[in-house]
Amino acid sequence: MTRRFTPLWLLLPAAAVLVPLFVYPIWQLGLISALDLRQAQVSGGQPTRYVGFANYVALFGDEQFWSVLGATVVFAAACVLATLAVGAGLAVLLTKVGRLPRLLLSLAAMAAWAVPAISGSTVWMFLFDTNLGLVNQVLRLGAYNWTYDRMTAFALVGAVVVWHSFPFVMVTLYAGIEAIPGSVLEAAAIDGAGAWRAFWQIMVPILRPLLAIVVIQSIIWDFKVFTQIYVMTAGGGIAGQNLTLNVWAYQQAFAAGEYGLGSAIGMVMMVILLVVTLLYLRTLRRSGDPL
Amino acid sequence: MKPRLVPNTLAVLVAVAVAFPILWMVVSALPVGNFRRVLTVENFALYFANSVVVALVVVIASGLIAFLSAVALTRFNFRFRTTILVLFLIAQMAPIEALTIPLFFLVRDLGALNTLGSLMLVHTAFTLPFAIWMMRGFVAAVPVEIEEAAALDGASRLTILYRVLFPLVAPGLAATSVFSFITAWNDFLFARTLIISATDNQTLPLALLIFFKPDENDWGAIMAASTLMTIPVLIFFLLVRRHLSTGLGGAVKD
Repeated sequence: MTRRFTPLWLLLPAAAVLVPLFVYPIWQLGLISALDLRQAQVSGGQPTRYVGFANYVALFGDEQFWSVLGATVVFAAACVLATLAVGAGLAVLLTKVGRLPRLLLSLAAMAAWAVPAISGSTVWMFLFDTNLGLVNQVLRLGAYNWTYDRMTAFALVGAVVVWHSFPFVMVTLYAGIEAIPGSVLEAAAIDGAGAWRAFWQIMVPILRPLLAIVVIQSIIWDFKVFTQIYVMTAGGGIAGQNLTLNVWAYQQAFAAGEYGLGSAIGMVMMVILLVVTLLYLRTLRRSGDPL
Repeated sequence: MKPRLVPNTLAVLVAVAVAFPILWMVVSALPVGNFRRVLTVENFALYFANSVVVALVVVIASGLIAFLSAVALTRFNFRFRTTILVLFLIAQMAPIEALTIPLFFLVRDLGALNTLGSLMLVHTAFTLPFAIWMMRGFVAAVPVEIEEAAALDGASRLTILYRVLFPLVAPGLAATSVFSFITAWNDFLFARTLIISATDNQTLPLALLIFFKPDENDWGAIMAASTLMTIPVLIFFLLVRRHLSTGLGGAVKD
Protein backbone atom coordinates (compact mmCIF):
# COMPACT_ATOMS: atom_id res chain seq x y z
CA MET A 1 0.00 0.00 0.00
CA THR A 2 1.60 3.21 -1.08
CA ARG A 3 1.60 6.10 1.33
CA ARG A 4 0.05 8.59 -1.06
CA PHE A 5 -3.03 6.50 -1.71
CA THR A 6 -4.64 6.48 1.69
CA PRO A 7 -8.03 4.90 2.40
CA LEU A 8 -9.23 8.29 3.61
CA TRP A 9 -9.62 9.48 0.03
CA LEU A 10 -11.91 6.55 -0.63
CA LEU A 11 -14.03 7.39 2.42
CA LEU A 12 -14.24 11.06 1.54
CA PRO A 13 -17.36 10.83 -0.68
CA ALA A 14 -19.23 8.94 2.03
CA ALA A 15 -18.19 11.52 4.61
CA ALA A 16 -19.23 14.34 2.29
CA VAL A 17 -22.77 12.93 2.22
CA LEU A 18 -23.10 11.55 5.72
CA VAL A 19 -21.65 14.39 7.79
CA PRO A 20 -24.03 17.12 6.57
CA LEU A 21 -27.08 14.89 6.06
CA PHE A 22 -26.84 12.39 8.91
CA VAL A 23 -24.43 13.48 11.65
CA TYR A 24 -25.30 17.17 11.57
CA PRO A 25 -29.09 16.52 11.73
CA ILE A 26 -28.59 14.33 14.82
CA TRP A 27 -26.72 17.19 16.46
CA GLN A 28 -29.42 19.60 15.33
CA LEU A 29 -32.15 17.35 16.73
CA GLY A 30 -30.52 17.60 20.13
CA LEU A 31 -30.14 21.35 19.74
CA ILE A 32 -33.75 21.96 18.66
CA SER A 33 -34.95 19.86 21.60
CA ALA A 34 -33.41 22.55 23.84
CA LEU A 35 -35.15 25.41 22.04
CA ASP A 36 -38.51 27.05 22.35
CA LEU A 37 -39.26 26.49 18.68
CA ARG A 38 -42.91 26.61 17.68
CA GLN A 39 -44.83 27.76 14.64
CA ALA A 40 -44.63 31.41 15.76
CA GLN A 41 -40.82 31.25 15.91
CA VAL A 42 -40.52 29.37 12.62
CA SER A 43 -42.54 31.96 10.74
CA GLY A 44 -40.46 34.70 12.38
CA GLY A 45 -43.15 36.25 14.58
CA GLN A 46 -41.26 35.59 17.80
CA PRO A 47 -37.59 35.15 18.67
CA THR A 48 -36.30 31.63 19.24
CA ARG A 49 -35.18 31.09 22.83
CA TYR A 50 -32.86 28.57 24.41
CA VAL A 51 -34.82 26.81 27.15
CA GLY A 52 -32.46 24.07 28.28
CA PHE A 53 -34.34 21.01 29.44
CA ALA A 54 -37.75 22.71 29.57
CA ASN A 55 -39.11 20.61 26.69
CA TYR A 56 -38.04 17.43 28.45
CA VAL A 57 -39.52 18.59 31.75
CA ALA A 58 -42.79 19.36 29.99
CA LEU A 59 -42.65 16.02 28.19
CA PHE A 60 -41.97 13.88 31.24
CA GLY A 61 -44.65 15.75 33.17
CA ASP A 62 -47.18 15.08 30.43
CA GLU A 63 -49.49 12.17 31.08
CA GLN A 64 -49.81 11.59 27.33
CA PHE A 65 -46.07 10.94 27.01
CA TRP A 66 -46.24 7.99 29.39
CA SER A 67 -49.35 6.61 27.76
CA VAL A 68 -47.80 6.91 24.26
CA LEU A 69 -44.55 5.39 25.50
CA GLY A 70 -46.50 2.52 27.03
CA ALA A 71 -48.50 2.03 23.83
CA THR A 72 -45.30 2.04 21.77
CA VAL A 73 -43.65 -0.60 23.94
CA VAL A 74 -46.72 -2.85 24.09
CA PHE A 75 -47.40 -2.47 20.35
CA ALA A 76 -43.77 -3.20 19.43
CA ALA A 77 -43.61 -6.16 21.82
CA ALA A 78 -46.83 -7.65 20.44
CA CYS A 79 -45.60 -7.20 16.86
CA VAL A 80 -42.22 -8.76 17.66
CA LEU A 81 -43.78 -11.77 19.41
CA ALA A 82 -46.32 -12.34 16.64
CA THR A 83 -43.68 -11.89 13.91
CA LEU A 84 -41.38 -14.39 15.60
CA ALA A 85 -44.11 -16.94 16.23
CA VAL A 86 -45.36 -16.77 12.64
CA GLY A 87 -41.87 -16.57 11.11
CA ALA A 88 -40.40 -19.40 13.18
CA GLY A 89 -43.50 -21.58 12.80
CA LEU A 90 -43.45 -21.23 9.02
CA ALA A 91 -39.68 -21.76 8.87
CA VAL A 92 -40.18 -25.13 10.58
CA LEU A 93 -43.15 -25.88 8.33
CA LEU A 94 -40.95 -25.19 5.26
CA THR A 95 -38.62 -27.99 6.30
CA LYS A 96 -41.48 -30.49 6.37
CA VAL A 97 -43.09 -29.90 2.97
CA GLY A 98 -42.48 -30.91 -0.62
CA ARG A 99 -40.82 -28.75 -3.21
CA LEU A 100 -43.92 -27.18 -4.75
CA PRO A 101 -45.62 -26.08 -1.49
CA ARG A 102 -42.26 -24.72 -0.33
CA LEU A 103 -41.85 -22.69 -3.51
CA LEU A 104 -45.39 -21.36 -3.22
CA LEU A 105 -44.99 -20.30 0.40
CA SER A 106 -41.56 -18.76 -0.26
CA LEU A 107 -42.87 -16.76 -3.20
CA ALA A 108 -45.93 -15.57 -1.27
CA ALA A 109 -43.78 -14.49 1.67
CA MET A 110 -41.31 -12.80 -0.68
CA ALA A 111 -44.15 -10.88 -2.27
CA ALA A 112 -45.51 -9.72 1.10
CA TRP A 113 -42.01 -8.62 2.04
CA ALA A 114 -41.60 -6.68 -1.18
CA VAL A 115 -44.87 -4.77 -1.08
CA PRO A 116 -44.14 -1.13 -0.16
CA ALA A 117 -45.41 -0.18 3.30
CA ILE A 118 -47.78 2.33 1.80
CA SER A 119 -49.38 -0.02 -0.73
CA GLY A 120 -49.62 -2.74 1.91
CA SER A 121 -51.41 -0.27 4.18
CA THR A 122 -53.87 0.82 1.51
CA VAL A 123 -54.73 -2.77 0.54
CA TRP A 124 -55.43 -3.79 4.12
CA MET A 125 -57.43 -0.60 4.62
CA PHE A 126 -59.53 -1.57 1.63
CA LEU A 127 -59.98 -5.14 2.92
CA PHE A 128 -61.16 -3.78 6.28
CA ASP A 129 -63.04 -0.77 4.94
CA THR A 130 -66.21 0.06 6.88
CA ASN A 131 -68.63 0.06 3.97
CA LEU A 132 -66.91 -1.61 1.02
CA GLY A 133 -64.43 -3.92 2.74
CA LEU A 134 -64.38 -7.61 1.89
CA VAL A 135 -63.93 -8.62 5.53
CA ASN A 136 -67.09 -6.91 6.74
CA GLN A 137 -69.05 -8.39 3.83
CA VAL A 138 -67.80 -11.93 4.34
CA LEU A 139 -68.21 -11.85 8.11
CA ARG A 140 -71.56 -10.03 7.77
CA LEU A 141 -70.43 -7.39 10.24
CA GLY A 142 -72.39 -4.61 8.59
CA ALA A 143 -70.68 -1.24 8.73
CA TYR A 144 -68.20 -2.15 11.43
CA ASN A 145 -65.43 0.44 11.74
CA TRP A 146 -62.14 -1.29 12.52
CA THR A 147 -60.21 1.88 13.30
CA TYR A 148 -62.79 3.38 15.65
CA ASP A 149 -61.81 1.26 18.64
CA ARG A 150 -58.25 1.73 19.90
CA MET A 151 -57.50 -1.97 20.27
CA THR A 152 -58.88 -3.15 16.94
CA ALA A 153 -57.08 -0.29 15.20
CA PHE A 154 -53.77 -1.29 16.80
CA ALA A 155 -54.49 -4.95 16.02
CA LEU A 156 -55.17 -4.14 12.36
CA VAL A 157 -51.97 -2.10 12.00
CA GLY A 158 -50.09 -4.83 13.87
CA ALA A 159 -51.39 -7.45 11.45
CA VAL A 160 -50.03 -5.45 8.52
CA VAL A 161 -46.68 -4.99 10.26
CA VAL A 162 -46.44 -8.73 10.93
CA TRP A 163 -47.47 -9.51 7.36
CA HIS A 164 -44.67 -7.23 6.14
CA SER A 165 -41.99 -8.47 8.47
CA PHE A 166 -42.46 -12.20 9.14
CA PRO A 167 -40.84 -13.15 5.79
CA PHE A 168 -37.48 -11.83 6.96
CA VAL A 169 -37.70 -14.02 10.08
CA MET A 170 -38.92 -17.00 8.10
CA VAL A 171 -36.23 -16.80 5.40
CA THR A 172 -33.43 -16.24 7.90
CA LEU A 173 -34.47 -19.00 10.30
CA TYR A 174 -35.19 -21.44 7.47
CA ALA A 175 -31.67 -20.91 6.17
CA GLY A 176 -30.42 -21.49 9.71
CA ILE A 177 -32.41 -24.70 10.18
CA GLU A 178 -31.27 -26.02 6.80
CA ALA A 179 -27.69 -25.52 7.94
CA ILE A 180 -28.21 -27.82 10.96
CA PRO A 181 -26.71 -31.23 10.10
CA GLY A 182 -29.51 -33.66 9.31
CA SER A 183 -27.94 -36.32 11.52
CA VAL A 184 -28.60 -34.22 14.63
CA LEU A 185 -32.33 -34.03 13.93
CA GLU A 186 -32.45 -37.70 12.90
CA ALA A 187 -30.79 -38.74 16.15
CA ALA A 188 -33.43 -36.76 18.04
CA ALA A 189 -36.20 -38.42 16.05
CA ILE A 190 -34.76 -41.86 16.80
CA ASP A 191 -34.69 -40.95 20.48
CA GLY A 192 -38.39 -40.31 20.17
CA ALA A 193 -38.45 -36.51 20.26
CA GLY A 194 -41.53 -35.05 18.57
CA ALA A 195 -41.48 -31.96 16.34
CA TRP A 196 -42.29 -29.70 19.29
CA ARG A 197 -39.48 -31.01 21.49
CA ALA A 198 -37.04 -31.14 18.58
CA PHE A 199 -37.77 -27.48 17.94
CA TRP A 200 -37.31 -26.27 21.52
CA GLN A 201 -34.50 -28.56 22.63
CA ILE A 202 -32.40 -28.81 19.48
CA MET A 203 -33.14 -26.08 16.97
CA VAL A 204 -33.56 -23.19 19.39
CA PRO A 205 -30.24 -23.75 21.21
CA ILE A 206 -28.34 -24.18 17.94
CA LEU A 207 -30.03 -21.18 16.31
CA ARG A 208 -29.62 -18.98 19.38
CA PRO A 209 -27.24 -16.43 17.80
CA LEU A 210 -29.39 -16.18 14.69
CA LEU A 211 -32.53 -15.85 16.82
CA ALA A 212 -30.95 -13.06 18.83
CA ILE A 213 -30.17 -11.13 15.66
CA VAL A 214 -33.69 -11.64 14.31
CA VAL A 215 -35.28 -10.62 17.63
CA ILE A 216 -33.31 -7.42 18.02
CA GLN A 217 -33.68 -6.51 14.37
CA SER A 218 -37.45 -6.96 14.77
CA ILE A 219 -37.52 -4.88 17.96
CA ILE A 220 -35.79 -2.03 16.15
CA TRP A 221 -38.17 -2.17 13.16
CA ASP A 222 -41.35 -2.52 15.15
CA PHE A 223 -40.37 0.24 17.53
CA LYS A 224 -40.04 2.56 14.54
CA VAL A 225 -43.20 1.66 12.63
CA PHE A 226 -44.37 4.86 10.99
CA THR A 227 -46.02 4.59 7.59
CA GLN A 228 -48.57 1.93 8.53
CA ILE A 229 -49.79 3.82 11.60
CA TYR A 230 -49.68 7.20 9.91
CA VAL A 231 -51.64 6.07 6.87
CA MET A 232 -54.03 3.50 8.34
CA THR A 233 -55.13 5.49 11.39
CA ALA A 234 -54.99 8.85 9.58
CA GLY A 235 -52.04 10.20 11.56
CA GLY A 236 -52.46 8.49 14.93
CA GLY A 237 -56.09 7.56 15.30
CA ILE A 238 -59.12 9.27 16.79
CA ALA A 239 -57.93 11.78 19.40
CA GLY A 240 -54.43 10.35 19.04
CA GLN A 241 -55.42 6.96 20.49
CA ASN A 242 -53.07 5.08 18.15
CA LEU A 243 -50.01 7.29 18.49
CA THR A 244 -46.59 5.76 18.99
CA LEU A 245 -43.49 7.80 19.88
CA ASN A 246 -42.34 8.08 16.27
CA VAL A 247 -45.65 9.26 14.89
CA TRP A 248 -46.21 11.52 17.90
CA ALA A 249 -42.83 13.23 17.43
CA TYR A 250 -43.67 13.84 13.79
CA GLN A 251 -47.16 15.12 14.54
CA GLN A 252 -45.99 17.41 17.35
CA ALA A 253 -43.51 18.98 14.94
CA PHE A 254 -45.32 19.10 11.62
CA ALA A 255 -49.00 19.09 12.60
CA ALA A 256 -48.96 21.00 15.91
CA GLY A 257 -45.94 23.18 15.08
CA GLU A 258 -44.21 22.18 18.33
CA TYR A 259 -40.78 21.57 16.81
CA GLY A 260 -38.91 21.75 20.11
CA LEU A 261 -41.18 19.27 21.84
CA GLY A 262 -41.20 16.98 18.78
CA SER A 263 -37.39 16.96 18.79
CA ALA A 264 -37.37 16.08 22.49
CA ILE A 265 -39.57 13.06 21.73
CA GLY A 266 -37.21 12.22 18.87
CA MET A 267 -34.25 12.31 21.25
CA VAL A 268 -36.04 9.90 23.60
CA MET A 269 -36.48 7.54 20.63
CA MET A 270 -32.83 7.99 19.74
CA VAL A 271 -31.68 7.00 23.22
CA ILE A 272 -33.98 3.96 23.42
CA LEU A 273 -32.88 2.70 20.00
CA LEU A 274 -29.22 3.31 20.83
CA VAL A 275 -29.54 1.05 23.86
CA VAL A 276 -31.20 -1.67 21.78
CA THR A 277 -28.52 -1.25 19.11
CA LEU A 278 -25.71 -1.65 21.63
CA LEU A 279 -27.34 -4.91 22.75
CA TYR A 280 -27.43 -5.91 19.08
CA LEU A 281 -23.74 -5.16 18.65
CA ARG A 282 -22.89 -7.26 21.67
CA THR A 283 -24.88 -10.14 20.20
CA LEU A 284 -23.14 -9.79 16.84
CA ARG A 285 -19.75 -9.84 18.55
CA ARG A 286 -20.71 -12.97 20.46
CA SER A 287 -21.97 -14.74 17.39
CA GLY A 288 -18.52 -14.14 15.96
CA ASP A 289 -19.25 -11.82 13.07
CA PRO A 290 -15.83 -10.31 12.35
CA LEU A 291 -15.84 -6.54 12.18
CA MET B 1 -42.48 -41.99 1.63
CA LYS B 2 -43.61 -39.82 4.53
CA PRO B 3 -47.24 -38.77 4.75
CA ARG B 4 -46.75 -35.08 4.02
CA LEU B 5 -50.34 -34.31 3.22
CA VAL B 6 -51.03 -32.23 6.33
CA PRO B 7 -47.95 -29.98 6.20
CA ASN B 8 -48.22 -29.63 2.44
CA THR B 9 -51.86 -28.57 2.61
CA LEU B 10 -51.11 -26.20 5.48
CA ALA B 11 -48.22 -24.60 3.57
CA VAL B 12 -50.37 -24.04 0.49
CA LEU B 13 -53.19 -22.56 2.57
CA VAL B 14 -50.80 -20.20 4.34
CA ALA B 15 -49.27 -19.22 1.01
CA VAL B 16 -52.70 -18.34 -0.33
CA ALA B 17 -53.56 -16.36 2.82
CA VAL B 18 -50.26 -14.44 2.69
CA ALA B 19 -50.61 -13.67 -1.00
CA PHE B 20 -54.31 -12.87 -0.74
CA PRO B 21 -54.03 -9.13 -0.02
CA ILE B 22 -51.77 -8.75 -3.05
CA LEU B 23 -54.09 -10.76 -5.27
CA TRP B 24 -57.04 -8.76 -3.96
CA MET B 25 -55.19 -5.54 -4.75
CA VAL B 26 -54.64 -6.62 -8.37
CA VAL B 27 -58.15 -8.01 -8.79
CA SER B 28 -59.76 -4.85 -7.38
CA ALA B 29 -57.61 -2.74 -9.65
CA LEU B 30 -58.38 -4.80 -12.73
CA PRO B 31 -61.13 -2.96 -14.53
CA VAL B 32 -58.82 -1.23 -16.99
CA GLY B 33 -60.69 2.01 -16.43
CA ASN B 34 -59.04 2.27 -13.01
CA PHE B 35 -55.57 2.24 -14.53
CA ARG B 36 -56.64 4.69 -17.20
CA ARG B 37 -58.08 7.04 -14.59
CA VAL B 38 -54.92 6.78 -12.51
CA LEU B 39 -52.58 7.33 -15.41
CA THR B 40 -54.39 10.23 -17.00
CA VAL B 41 -56.59 12.16 -14.63
CA GLU B 42 -54.27 12.71 -11.71
CA ASN B 43 -50.86 13.11 -13.34
CA PHE B 44 -49.82 9.75 -12.00
CA ALA B 45 -47.44 9.15 -14.91
CA LEU B 46 -45.52 12.27 -13.88
CA TYR B 47 -45.27 11.06 -10.26
CA PHE B 48 -44.17 7.66 -11.47
CA ALA B 49 -41.43 9.31 -13.55
CA ASN B 50 -40.39 11.42 -10.54
CA SER B 51 -40.09 8.32 -8.38
CA VAL B 52 -38.03 6.57 -11.06
CA VAL B 53 -35.67 9.52 -11.45
CA VAL B 54 -35.14 9.90 -7.69
CA ALA B 55 -34.60 6.17 -7.21
CA LEU B 56 -32.13 5.91 -10.14
CA VAL B 57 -30.02 8.84 -8.97
CA VAL B 58 -29.97 7.41 -5.43
CA VAL B 59 -28.99 3.96 -6.73
CA ILE B 60 -26.08 5.29 -8.79
CA ALA B 61 -24.77 7.76 -6.20
CA SER B 62 -25.16 5.42 -3.27
CA GLY B 63 -23.69 2.46 -5.20
CA LEU B 64 -20.56 4.28 -6.31
CA ILE B 65 -19.91 5.88 -2.93
CA ALA B 66 -20.55 2.59 -1.13
CA PHE B 67 -18.13 0.80 -3.47
CA LEU B 68 -15.32 3.25 -2.69
CA SER B 69 -15.97 3.12 1.05
CA ALA B 70 -16.16 -0.67 1.03
CA VAL B 71 -12.76 -0.84 -0.66
CA ALA B 72 -11.32 1.45 2.01
CA LEU B 73 -12.82 -0.65 4.80
CA THR B 74 -11.75 -4.05 3.48
CA ARG B 75 -8.48 -3.46 1.65
CA PHE B 76 -6.81 -1.15 4.14
CA ASN B 77 -6.03 -1.31 7.79
CA PHE B 78 -6.12 2.01 9.54
CA ARG B 79 -6.72 3.40 12.96
CA PHE B 80 -10.44 3.93 13.25
CA ARG B 81 -11.50 1.21 10.82
CA THR B 82 -13.51 -0.84 13.32
CA THR B 83 -15.00 2.28 14.88
CA ILE B 84 -16.20 3.47 11.47
CA LEU B 85 -17.70 0.06 10.72
CA VAL B 86 -19.59 0.03 14.02
CA LEU B 87 -20.84 3.55 13.36
CA PHE B 88 -22.24 2.43 9.99
CA LEU B 89 -24.05 -0.37 11.78
CA ILE B 90 -25.45 1.97 14.44
CA ALA B 91 -26.54 4.41 11.75
CA GLN B 92 -28.81 1.75 10.25
CA MET B 93 -30.82 1.71 13.46
CA ALA B 94 -31.26 5.46 13.88
CA PRO B 95 -34.86 6.70 14.10
CA ILE B 96 -34.80 8.45 10.76
CA GLU B 97 -38.38 9.63 11.32
CA ALA B 98 -37.21 11.93 14.11
CA LEU B 99 -34.48 13.36 11.89
CA THR B 100 -37.12 14.77 9.57
CA ILE B 101 -37.40 17.74 11.94
CA PRO B 102 -33.81 19.02 11.63
CA LEU B 103 -33.65 17.94 7.97
CA PHE B 104 -36.76 19.95 7.20
CA PHE B 105 -35.04 23.10 8.50
CA LEU B 106 -31.76 22.21 6.78
CA VAL B 107 -33.45 21.71 3.42
CA ARG B 108 -35.54 24.84 3.92
CA ASP B 109 -32.47 26.94 4.67
CA LEU B 110 -30.84 25.60 1.53
CA GLY B 111 -33.93 26.71 -0.39
CA ALA B 112 -34.38 23.13 -1.56
CA LEU B 113 -37.87 22.42 -0.25
CA ASN B 114 -40.20 21.04 -2.92
CA THR B 115 -37.32 19.82 -5.10
CA LEU B 116 -36.62 16.27 -6.18
CA GLY B 117 -32.96 17.01 -5.43
CA SER B 118 -33.70 17.19 -1.71
CA LEU B 119 -35.18 13.68 -1.84
CA MET B 120 -32.16 12.38 -3.77
CA LEU B 121 -29.78 13.80 -1.18
CA VAL B 122 -31.52 12.46 1.93
CA HIS B 123 -32.11 9.03 0.41
CA THR B 124 -28.50 8.75 -0.67
CA ALA B 125 -27.48 9.57 2.89
CA PHE B 126 -29.89 7.12 4.51
CA THR B 127 -29.19 4.21 2.15
CA LEU B 128 -25.40 4.57 2.43
CA PRO B 129 -24.75 2.91 5.81
CA PHE B 130 -26.51 -0.27 4.74
CA ALA B 131 -25.09 -0.17 1.21
CA ILE B 132 -21.55 0.16 2.56
CA TRP B 133 -22.16 -2.68 5.01
CA MET B 134 -23.43 -4.92 2.23
CA MET B 135 -20.76 -3.95 -0.35
CA ARG B 136 -18.09 -4.65 2.23
CA GLY B 137 -19.00 -8.33 2.11
CA PHE B 138 -18.82 -8.47 -1.67
CA VAL B 139 -15.47 -6.66 -1.89
CA ALA B 140 -14.02 -8.89 0.83
CA ALA B 141 -15.03 -11.94 -1.21
CA VAL B 142 -12.72 -10.95 -4.09
CA PRO B 143 -9.24 -12.48 -3.61
CA VAL B 144 -6.59 -9.82 -3.04
CA GLU B 145 -4.21 -11.78 -5.28
CA ILE B 146 -6.06 -10.61 -8.39
CA GLU B 147 -5.34 -6.98 -7.53
CA GLU B 148 -1.77 -7.78 -6.61
CA ALA B 149 -1.25 -9.47 -9.97
CA ALA B 150 -2.61 -6.39 -11.72
CA ALA B 151 -0.31 -4.19 -9.64
CA LEU B 152 2.68 -6.33 -10.68
CA ASP B 153 1.68 -5.78 -14.30
CA GLY B 154 2.09 -2.08 -13.62
CA ALA B 155 -1.53 -1.03 -13.31
CA SER B 156 -2.12 2.08 -11.24
CA ARG B 157 -4.34 1.98 -8.14
CA LEU B 158 -7.11 3.82 -9.92
CA THR B 159 -6.96 1.43 -12.86
CA ILE B 160 -7.13 -1.54 -10.51
CA LEU B 161 -10.10 -0.02 -8.77
CA TYR B 162 -12.15 0.55 -11.92
CA ARG B 163 -10.83 -2.03 -14.37
CA VAL B 164 -10.23 -4.98 -12.05
CA LEU B 165 -12.18 -4.72 -8.82
CA PHE B 166 -15.27 -2.93 -10.06
CA PRO B 167 -16.26 -5.55 -12.69
CA LEU B 168 -15.69 -8.32 -10.15
CA VAL B 169 -18.06 -6.86 -7.56
CA ALA B 170 -20.64 -5.77 -10.14
CA PRO B 171 -23.12 -8.55 -9.18
CA GLY B 172 -22.86 -7.50 -5.54
CA LEU B 173 -23.32 -3.91 -6.55
CA ALA B 174 -26.48 -4.90 -8.39
CA ALA B 175 -27.87 -6.61 -5.28
CA THR B 176 -26.98 -3.59 -3.13
CA SER B 177 -28.59 -1.30 -5.67
CA VAL B 178 -31.87 -3.14 -5.38
CA PHE B 179 -31.98 -2.38 -1.67
CA SER B 180 -31.19 1.28 -2.27
CA PHE B 181 -33.81 1.38 -4.99
CA ILE B 182 -36.47 -0.08 -2.72
CA THR B 183 -35.68 2.35 0.11
CA ALA B 184 -35.93 5.35 -2.18
CA TRP B 185 -38.93 4.00 -4.07
CA ASN B 186 -40.97 3.10 -0.97
CA ASP B 187 -40.27 6.30 0.90
CA PHE B 188 -43.36 8.00 2.21
CA LEU B 189 -41.87 9.99 5.07
CA PHE B 190 -39.53 12.37 3.29
CA ALA B 191 -41.80 12.80 0.30
CA ARG B 192 -44.45 13.89 2.79
CA THR B 193 -42.11 16.20 4.69
CA LEU B 194 -39.96 17.84 2.04
CA ILE B 195 -42.35 18.15 -0.91
CA ILE B 196 -45.01 20.31 0.68
CA SER B 197 -46.57 22.38 -2.05
CA ALA B 198 -45.03 21.62 -5.45
CA THR B 199 -47.45 18.99 -6.75
CA ASP B 200 -45.40 18.55 -9.91
CA ASN B 201 -42.53 17.21 -7.82
CA GLN B 202 -44.64 14.70 -5.91
CA THR B 203 -43.55 11.07 -5.86
CA LEU B 204 -45.70 7.94 -5.96
CA PRO B 205 -46.46 7.28 -2.28
CA LEU B 206 -48.11 10.66 -1.89
CA ALA B 207 -49.82 10.48 -5.24
CA LEU B 208 -51.54 7.40 -3.87
CA LEU B 209 -53.15 9.48 -1.16
CA ILE B 210 -54.76 11.76 -3.75
CA PHE B 211 -57.44 9.13 -4.27
CA PHE B 212 -58.42 9.18 -0.61
CA LYS B 213 -61.30 11.61 -0.52
CA PRO B 214 -63.31 12.82 2.43
CA ASP B 215 -66.66 11.82 0.92
CA GLU B 216 -65.74 8.54 -0.72
CA ASN B 217 -62.39 6.91 -1.35
CA ASP B 218 -61.76 5.91 -4.96
CA TRP B 219 -60.73 2.37 -4.06
CA GLY B 220 -60.44 1.16 -7.65
CA ALA B 221 -57.92 3.89 -8.39
CA ILE B 222 -56.12 3.41 -5.07
CA MET B 223 -55.67 -0.29 -5.80
CA ALA B 224 -54.55 0.41 -9.37
CA ALA B 225 -52.01 2.96 -8.12
CA SER B 226 -50.83 0.58 -5.38
CA THR B 227 -50.40 -2.15 -7.97
CA LEU B 228 -48.36 0.11 -10.24
CA MET B 229 -46.21 1.06 -7.30
CA THR B 230 -45.68 -2.54 -6.19
CA ILE B 231 -44.75 -4.12 -9.53
CA PRO B 232 -41.22 -2.68 -9.87
CA VAL B 233 -40.35 -3.64 -6.30
CA LEU B 234 -41.70 -7.17 -6.76
CA ILE B 235 -39.58 -7.65 -9.87
CA PHE B 236 -36.43 -6.39 -8.18
CA PHE B 237 -37.12 -8.45 -5.08
CA LEU B 238 -37.37 -11.66 -7.06
CA LEU B 239 -34.10 -10.76 -8.78
CA VAL B 240 -32.16 -10.63 -5.50
CA ARG B 241 -34.01 -13.43 -3.75
CA ARG B 242 -30.84 -15.29 -2.95
CA HIS B 243 -29.14 -12.34 -1.26
CA LEU B 244 -32.03 -11.64 1.07
CA SER B 245 -31.02 -13.76 4.02
CA THR B 246 -27.36 -12.74 3.83
CA GLY B 247 -27.95 -9.02 3.71
CA LEU B 248 -29.84 -8.90 7.03
CA GLY B 249 -32.50 -6.96 5.23
CA GLY B 250 -32.05 -3.85 7.34
CA ALA B 251 -32.71 -1.42 4.54
CA VAL B 252 -35.89 -2.88 3.28
CA LYS B 253 -38.50 -1.73 5.74
CA ASP B 254 -39.17 1.77 6.89
